[in-house]
Amino acid sequence: MPRKITYRDAIREALDEEIARDPMVVVMGEEVAQYNGAYKVTQGLWDKWGDKRLVDTPISEAGFIGMGVGASMLGVRPVMELMFWSFYTVAWDQIVNNAAMVRYMSGGKINCPIVIRGPANGGTSVGATHSHTPENIMASVPGMKCVVPSNAYDAKGLMKAAIRDNDPVMFMESTVLYGESWEVPSNDELPNGELFIPLGLADIKREGTDISLIAHGRAVITCLEAARILEEEHGISAEVVDVRSIRPLDEETILNSVAKTHRAIYVEEGKPFCGVGAQIAYSIQAQIFDELDAPVLRVNSLDAPAIYSPPLEAIQLPTADVVVAKALSIC
Amino acid sequence: MPKIIEMPKLSDTMTEGTLAKWTVKEGDKVTTGQTIADVETDKATMEYASPFEGTVLKLIIEPGLKVPLNSPIAVILEEDEEAPANLDELIAKAKAASAPAPKPEKPAAGSGAKKAVSAPGPRLPSAPQPTRRAAAGNARVKASPLAKKIADERGVDLTTLDGSGPGGRIVRADVENAPVGGASGGSRVAATPAIRPTYGPEDERVATSSMRNIIAERLLASKTQIPHFYLQMEVDAGPLMEFRAHLNASNEKSGGNKYTVNDFILKAVIRAAQAQPAINAAWDGDAIVKFKSVGLSVAIAIDDGLVTPVIKQAEKKTLLEISQSVKDLAGKAKNKKLSPDDFAGGTITVSNLGAFGIDQFAAIINPPQAAIVAIGSIRNAPVVNDKGQIVVGQRMWVGLSGDHRVVDGAVAATFLAEMRKLIESPALMLV
Repeated sequence: MPRKITYRDAIREALDEEIARDPMVVVMGEEVAQYNGAYKVTQGLWDKWGDKRLVDTPISEAGFIGMGVGASMLGVRPVMELMFWSFYTVAWDQIVNNAAMVRYMSGGKINCPIVIRGPANGGTSVGATHSHTPENIMASVPGMKCVVPSNAYDAKGLMKAAIRDNDPVMFMESTVLYGESWEVPSNDELPNGELFIPLGLADIKREGTDISLIAHGRAVITCLEAARILEEEHGISAEVVDVRSIRPLDEETILNSVAKTHRAIYVEEGKPFCGVGAQIAYSIQAQIFDELDAPVLRVNSLDAPAIYSPPLEAIQLPTADVVVAKALSIC
Repeated sequence: MPKIIEMPKLSDTMTEGTLAKWTVKEGDKVTTGQTIADVETDKATMEYASPFEGTVLKLIIEPGLKVPLNSPIAVILEEDEEAPANLDELIAKAKAASAPAPKPEKPAAGSGAKKAVSAPGPRLPSAPQPTRRAAAGNARVKASPLAKKIADERGVDLTTLDGSGPGGRIVRADVENAPVGGASGGSRVAATPAIRPTYGPEDERVATSSMRNIIAERLLASKTQIPHFYLQMEVDAGPLMEFRAHLNASNEKSGGNKYTVNDFILKAVIRAAQAQPAINAAWDGDAIVKFKSVGLSVAIAIDDGLVTPVIKQAEKKTLLEISQSVKDLAGKAKNKKLSPDDFAGGTITVSNLGAFGIDQFAAIINPPQAAIVAIGSIRNAPVVNDKGQIVVGQRMWVGLSGDHRVVDGAVAATFLAEMRKLIESPALMLV
């Protein structure tokens, strides 16, 4: 029987393995140590590794992210947990003006190998200020990387790659998926003895011939459901492309898929205006215009702050039905 | 209630028809069975007989337009009936009722629903009729980038296509299902870039009729997909000419049938096909179909093309019946009265260009058949007789084009030898 573990445990395994591998890896953030993490991602790590490797911080994103950025400039590899990704807003100066730009500003002398991670997006009815989906904002900053895993397997492999990367990596986890389980082989089942997924490689999650549903994060799960409905109820074969990392972006895999299916929809939980899908739709039409048999469409969260009410929030976010309807409109 | 006349189903495969010409005007009285229009199907142009009696109130469709099956094309008022005030509403209703229901299932990938083209009907000698499409070159055609690219590669004229995409956009499937040249339906022609002519303003570019498109498509398919081989033989036509002269002279006295040379040729082909049944066959992918009966397709030239109606179960017909069948089919062809059934069931074709002074030629096989016989003219020629003298004789060339997947040279040669025997001893055909 292949081993199944949750998305949350997959990230913890990655942190545990990297702490063990490299003495410079330190996990910092609100409640990460003694409380085992607000979302229990760091469960048991403080007991195992102690105060030097897991550091509880005050509730002060500007303060502790700033501390992590400074530490990373001196060679530490900090993994900073935001209790909610939404509060990047408070640490925006530290993230964009310090972490992202320091190598450029120092003429290449100073690196900032920091990872900022935590629960992102809506779907948990925690209101507008706690439900941001910031990957389009993160991905728009030169000098940073931006990773959004859609499942436990990718989350573990990508987290290990993020920690070893010498650039600041913004690692956005889907709050809704923390408790979901996937098959993740244990290290002794793997040829290299570990699960490691280099950043910048998209992944075809489902092969298809008629339309490419391209997505990142939890929207990939939405697309897989939409693809099932399209096949079973409409006889349409949809390919699902999981972008996995938005910066660096694997354009080749995306373009190859669309060149094969001739139709594309980008699906994401973020807001529509200046979203990730806008960038990808641009790339598709600019580079493979002659392969398109239909306009490239997008599915996003409705263009308003996240709604508190659970039933309303459920329809504000992209659903499989909406993806199916959009697909039918161009197939 | 006024009666709505709809686009009729005049062929088993048609999904839409082009109204080539109205033969009645608004205000004319029509009787049931009276021809009111010429309709171009995917196979031929046919007359359409009115199903109702009354007065033509409105001709809904302009000549040259292609409309789906069962969509309203005209309105007939019954005797003493007033024109209804809500006529447009009635027509719209009938249109809506005839529109096919939206399909719940999408066809499997790659089998995009076939869209046909609106080929303008034959130009009427009167004023040129408006067609639904703007002339190529000055109309904005809505097509996807991919559709445009494929159309460019294959030489498909996008202005001849209907789009099945959203808002009528031409998409990949529409172009892929259009034969090169842009006609509707039928088999897909290999995607070779078409060689297009260049022409100036003084040259005329005439849109092809459905029949011309079918001819183009089938013969291109035949010449490119069937491995043809060609045999020619010269026969002594003297005995046949003598025999025919006797027969027709005695028939003239009794008022009997007048036989053409071609009647005898057809009889010889039928008899030879029975003697060599391997010829009377067709290639079917992984098998050869051997036909029990001989369906003799006769190539008949008409004004705007060529048709090959069929004499069915020809082996059971006497020379007289064959002669009458040919006259009947030729008459129907000239008057555009051939029905789809007249085209069904051919197993071998005869093409005779003797009347045009052609000595010999190699015909293209009429697919999916395996052989076509090409007959040249009978002419006086010097021949060496059995005494070694050169004398004047009457000679005729008979050619055979065979599908080498089905027929081999020796088989075809014995078929021709049988034909020679019958033509040179014509009395054998009557026993």
